[in-house]
Amino acid sequence: MSDMYGKGILKGLSVSLKRFFETYVDDLSWLGKRYHTDKGIAHRGSKDARGIFTVQYPEEKIPVPEEFRFVPFLVYDEGPNGEKTLRCTSCGICAKVCPPQCIWIVRSTDPATGRPIPDPAKFFIDADICMNCGLCAEFCPFDAIKMDHDYELATFHRNVYDETRLSKSAQYYENIRPVNANREDAARAAKAASRTGQGE
Amino acid sequence: MASPAPVQTLDLSARFPGVLSPDTRPGYSGWILDNSNLLKFATALRDELGYDYLSSVTAVDYLPEDKMEVVYHVYKTTGGAGVLFKIQIPRSDPMEVHSLVSIYPGAELQEREAWDLFGIKFTGHPDLRRILMWEGFSGHPMRKDWHEPYFEEEAKPLKSRWPDGKMIMAENKNRYGDNITYPDGFNPERQTFDPEKALYEALRTYQKDEVGLDTDHIIVNMGPQHPSTHGVFRIAVVLDGEKIVNLKPVMGYLHRNHEKIGERNTFIMNMPYTDRLDYLSSMSNNFGYALAVEKLMNVKPTERAEYIRVMMAEMTRIASHLMAIGALLNDLGAYFTPMLYALEERELLLDIFEAVSGSRMMCNYFRFGGVARDFPESALQKIKDIFFERLPRKIDEIDRFLSENEIIRSRGIGQGVLTAEDAIKYSAAGPLLRASGIPYDVRRAEPYSIYDRFEFDVVVRSNGDIYDRLMVRFDEIRQSIRIVQQAVKQLPEGPVMALKPMYQVRVPPGEAYGRVEGPKGELGFYIISNGKPTPWRYHVRAPSFINLTAFGPICIGQKVADVVAVLGSIDIVLGEVDR
Repeated sequence: MSDMYGKGILKGLSVSLKRFFETYVDDLSWLGKRYHTDKGIAHRGSKDARGIFTVQYPEEKIPVPEEFRFVPFLVYDEGPNGEKTLRCTSCGICAKVCPPQCIWIVRSTDPATGRPIPDPAKFFIDADICMNCGLCAEFCPFDAIKMDHDYELATFHRNVYDETRLSKSAQYYENIRPVNANREDAARAAKAASRTGQGE
Repeated sequence: MASPAPVQTLDLSARFPGVLSPDTRPGYSGWILDNSNLLKFATALRDELGYDYLSSVTAVDYLPEDKMEVVYHVYKTTGGAGVLFKIQIPRSDPMEVHSLVSIYPGAELQEREAWDLFGIKFTGHPDLRRILMWEGFSGHPMRKDWHEPYFEEEAKPLKSRWPDGKMIMAENKNRYGDNITYPDGFNPERQTFDPEKALYEALRTYQKDEVGLDTDHIIVNMGPQHPSTHGVFRIAVVLDGEKIVNLKPVMGYLHRNHEKIGERNTFIMNMPYTDRLDYLSSMSNNFGYALAVEKLMNVKPTERAEYIRVMMAEMTRIASHLMAIGALLNDLGAYFTPMLYALEERELLLDIFEAVSGSRMMCNYFRFGGVARDFPESALQKIKDIFFERLPRKIDEIDRFLSENEIIRSRGIGQGVLTAEDAIKYSAAGPLLRASGIPYDVRRAEPYSIYDRFEFDVVVRSNGDIYDRLMVRFDEIRQSIRIVQQAVKQLPEGPVMALKPMYQVRVPPGEAYGRVEGPKGELGFYIISNGKPTPWRYHVRAPSFINLTAFGPICIGQKVADVVAVLGSIDIVLGEVDR
């Protein structure tokens, strides 16, 4: 025990006082650029952050890292004439691996032959049940379902997404996950090349 | 059979002739004994062979073979492999097994759980009530023939999802009052049944102090909605003035039957669910589960994955301990300043989790045979920045801020003492055990993964009071920083997955118990596979839950204001307590 009662409290308060002033020192040394600037936000999340480093959401937003995952979306490729083709082949792996079982898929059938064709007739995700685990995106063999970065989903009603609400372009996917998209594109191109190579 | 059996270091069947028979089912290990020999065997095991620490008690329902099994895992606090023994009883009520509470008091809550969920009657248990379900609940939910009201199928994936997914919203399947069975004599409209009766009767079973004034004792309920219970947790206390004469924790308000869900899920589906047990330390939960399933599959993760795992688990420990320190100070009345100082550092760690796994808290990062993905270079740089330049300094600052504070010292030192003897007796784990002077840490006692390669000290303090539990957490954070620093330096290049990623893993039949030293204590996963895509039995040895066994004994004799401090120093997370 310290010889004087209250010494420990004073010592603790000095820590508080130091931190109290650090905010203002930082505010001044950043000349007002500590807030609402990308650099300022990055600084407040770095090892050098000191003082109060609250990010003033929603006026300021922390950029999410590439791997950040939220409710999935379906990727479509755009053709030269603007036609949209979903990459999904309705193989059902995402529905089978989904832990809370929030994915419903109706497979399309060819009206002439009655045989299944690789294209989903309907695709639902119950976004209120989705636990954002990312297993569907991880195990999709066609890179067709990916996790989104858009986390502001609050609505006044139930969020059951159908295939139109879920579809987003390959370009969008590349924008939010450049590293992953490029790696997967390269892998797909290599696979396609080897397949045509074997065919010849 | 692929899964290697744990080495039986001593031949128990020679020591107990005619009592034990080895479990010879493929993939299984341990010993089977008869209920009539249980007490004699357990006493000899504890007193003569030194297996003083009962880690886990659980039951398994073998519906096809028409029998129930009670499974015990017992260890030595000096370290080493444990003893696994089982009691088999026919599957017809009453299923009676002797209670081990008189030998290992740490079995108290676990046996109550087995009674609640499986309906196994432990004869001689001092307080055999339901624990997670409410008193008067119909049936025992973990039995294989018990189905929940909107039961769809025995195992996922559910057939209604594909190829003709007829979308039905969950709330439409599950209308209020639809398909619910009530126990006999229960009328929800007219409450004729008092579910609290058993609790209050149990509370009244204490030794009355004959000396002194004959004052009335009052029962006070703290919670379930109370700011210092860290969630929906209820503490029923009997007070004599300000002094606590009896205390019973009441839990289950957050119960969702994690284990039943786990037995419906395929093996990989359970991984994100484990995040939600102790939601402050999801990486650690992932670790325990991955370890148990890897034991069954006989897979070894790659080198790089092992290092990443250790780094993540230690970072989780720091994040969880920071939260524990902050919350304890909140409970002591230091309103939110220390909490926010701790949260700031935790936030930087969670940013790393987000960059690595995609989510701050629900990481879902481990896979069988490795981790989900390699982490980006920027995340590694951030780990280096924080662990070499920031965190050691900041922990010292929080330490300086708190540990000499006279109020904390007077509220903490000598208060809420758990002696070393009691800590072992009540199966306390983690910081609670180590603050009582027992240097028991699974990372050292039975090293898993690559913990044998790192230099770190098992933190131990001797007084077993609230203050020591706080200080143990500070010291453990420092040791974890040491481990992460070593791991960053040694981190090898290479793949992070030993297997091809599979959405349906093949797990050979057998049993496995994977245990890790989680931030709250020993976290164990007991898994039985029968070769199907879903586990037959999935049990979680939850440290927060079992640490509460000691909660009552610590508090009795203390003042009522210390209950919150004791609870804060035990550090529970209700997601794990209630499962």
